[in-house]
Amino acid sequence: MTRYIVRRLLWGVVLLVAVSALTFVLFRILPTGDPARLRAGHNAGPRVIAALRVDLGLNRSLLEQFWLYMKGIFLHLNLGYSYYSDASVKSLIADRLPATLSLTLGAAAIWLVSGLAVGIVSAVRRGSKLDRSLMGTALVFISAPEYWLGLIALYLLAADIGRLKVFPGAGSYVGLTSDPWRWFTSLILPWLVLAATNAAIYARLIRGSLIETMGEDYIRTARAKGLSERRVVLRHGLRSAINPVMTILGLDIGVFLGGAVLIETVFDIPGIGRLNYEAINHADFPIVQGTVLIAALFIIVANIVVDVAYAYLDPRVRFR
Amino acid sequence: MSAAAEPLLRVEDLRVQFPTEDGVVHAVDGVSYQLAAGATLGIVGESGSGKSVASLTTIGLTRTQGARISGRILLQGQDLLALSERRLRQVRGNEVAMIFQDPLSSLHPFFKVGAQIAEAIRAHRDCSRAQARRRAVELLELVGIPEAQRRAGAYPHEFSGGMRQRAMIAMALANEPKLLIADEPTTALDVTVQAQILALLRRLQGELGMAIVIITHDLGVVAEMAQEIAVMYAGRIVEMAPAEAIFARPEHPYTWGLLRSIPTLQAPREQALVPIGGTPPSLISPPSGCHFHPRCAYAQPDHARIDPGLEPVAGERGHTVACLLSGEERRRIWSQLRGAQGESSA
Repeated sequence: MTRYIVRRLLWGVVLLVAVSALTFVLFRILPTGDPARLRAGHNAGPRVIAALRVDLGLNRSLLEQFWLYMKGIFLHLNLGYSYYSDASVKSLIADRLPATLSLTLGAAAIWLVSGLAVGIVSAVRRGSKLDRSLMGTALVFISAPEYWLGLIALYLLAADIGRLKVFPGAGSYVGLTSDPWRWFTSLILPWLVLAATNAAIYARLIRGSLIETMGEDYIRTARAKGLSERRVVLRHGLRSAINPVMTILGLDIGVFLGGAVLIETVFDIPGIGRLNYEAINHADFPIVQGTVLIAALFIIVANIVVDVAYAYLDPRVRFR
Repeated sequence: MSAAAEPLLRVEDLRVQFPTEDGVVHAVDGVSYQLAAGATLGIVGESGSGKSVASLTTIGLTRTQGARISGRILLQGQDLLALSERRLRQVRGNEVAMIFQDPLSSLHPFFKVGAQIAEAIRAHRDCSRAQARRRAVELLELVGIPEAQRRAGAYPHEFSGGMRQRAMIAMALANEPKLLIADEPTTALDVTVQAQILALLRRLQGELGMAIVIITHDLGVVAEMAQEIAVMYAGRIVEMAPAEAIFARPEHPYTWGLLRSIPTLQAPREQALVPIGGTPPSLISPPSGCHFHPRCAYAQPDHARIDPGLEPVAGERGHTVACLLSGEERRRIWSQLRGAQGESSA
């Protein structure tokens, strides 16, 4: 087991190095303009720009630049400086991370619980009116773009522009530590909107997975033992049906931690996704590069967590 | 009072139908038999003959599949078909237990073997986790699993095929059932392991005194186990007799076919096994008249019209057959068939 985890971790590091190298290459190849000029601003003279070129190491050979860049990332966690705001990319990302974490983890808890509940009920009552209406509703949520859902939610329920002034609207986010209650209320709408689409996907996934599992021979055995149907479904059925769901959950959380761009933009939440969006608007490439790397890091870590969790959930994997 | 007269299990005119999109499947079509306490009945037939469905219905496992069930299944006089799901659950795994064909897929892959057995105990007994676990280890010892203590903590995939079936048997015996239904218990196993499992079942039956219904497509398996054999075809019992009579004096053409398709060590290798021609009948629209007539070499034109019932065989106790041929004809044909077989093996 330890060997397995170590192997996965090493593989993760290799992957991260590869992604870092790829972003370096991308930002050198793409027509991004002269970084020194971008960093210097509109009114800088040639002197300033030349000084900046030396500062940024742009006068060195490409190989040397690559070495400095990789060394910066992996030894000093140095992701460079924003062209636009002059702050270090690292500090900008650190500032924005709590909002993205709050948004993603809260939404994930909601979509997992509601997806499980709906999926189980639908699977057990397969083919019933209840099942059909639940799955129909799920399809609506899956099909609806989340930014649209977000706007509708704001239009209906936000305190400022909503028809019913129930929840704080866009731009109301505050940090957990500064005001826990406002943090919580301001996130309710974004959580629900982000969770809605995923809950629908998870409900369908769990339903399918559970229906398949309930046809297995070992479910027949569980019934033959005289267990209650509740125990057969929730213990024997769900225990198997949950595995593919956990795999996807890990990956989804990884992806959203890299920035839920649409939701963060609609609700004006200062998270990683929003940071990235602003950076793209300002051609602030160090930030784009930094957020891409952070997103890659989250996805790689999520992958490792999923693999290890899978080995833990399925005893047959451990010994392979 | 009526304990002597009332058999342990009495199945009366059991019918099980599954409505499907293609039509109603008549999986079990009027099956009756009885079984005394401690006795063994073999139910033999090919896949799709309804033998498994009949047994699953006994413990109510076809209820969830939307089956239409009629008839009576009396366990010690109590009609299991009339029981509520809740009451039936108390019978299931307690008074009647079941083991299945493929022990790997029948055990939950994510739970330890000992825990799965302990769960069966705790489903019916009021005891602590630790007590149930100890009992599970005892049961694993009982079915001949070495190092039972350690093995109880292993997962099914760490067991061999034979060990898994032993574990399934341990689970089935957890609450000392009066009746064990074994649905093709050896089909998925190696031949040598098959013999071990059958020997184990016989030993346990001797020690614990439960009755066994053993379902198989293999007459060789029931030959060693059963006192009585029922041959099923297209959802019906077509012949029923003491085991010895089935092998010595079979009356139904389908039984002949089953017997002639068994390889024996005595027969020389050149002697071809005789397969039963044709394909198993559709259970949605079974053949008219005698269900076996399309595959029967001795069928007469009117056999496609007349539906034979189980009739006693003249001069034999407990031997019934559903065949439209006369008793004399059947005896003549069988002695010819047996003679032909004896000649070619001489």
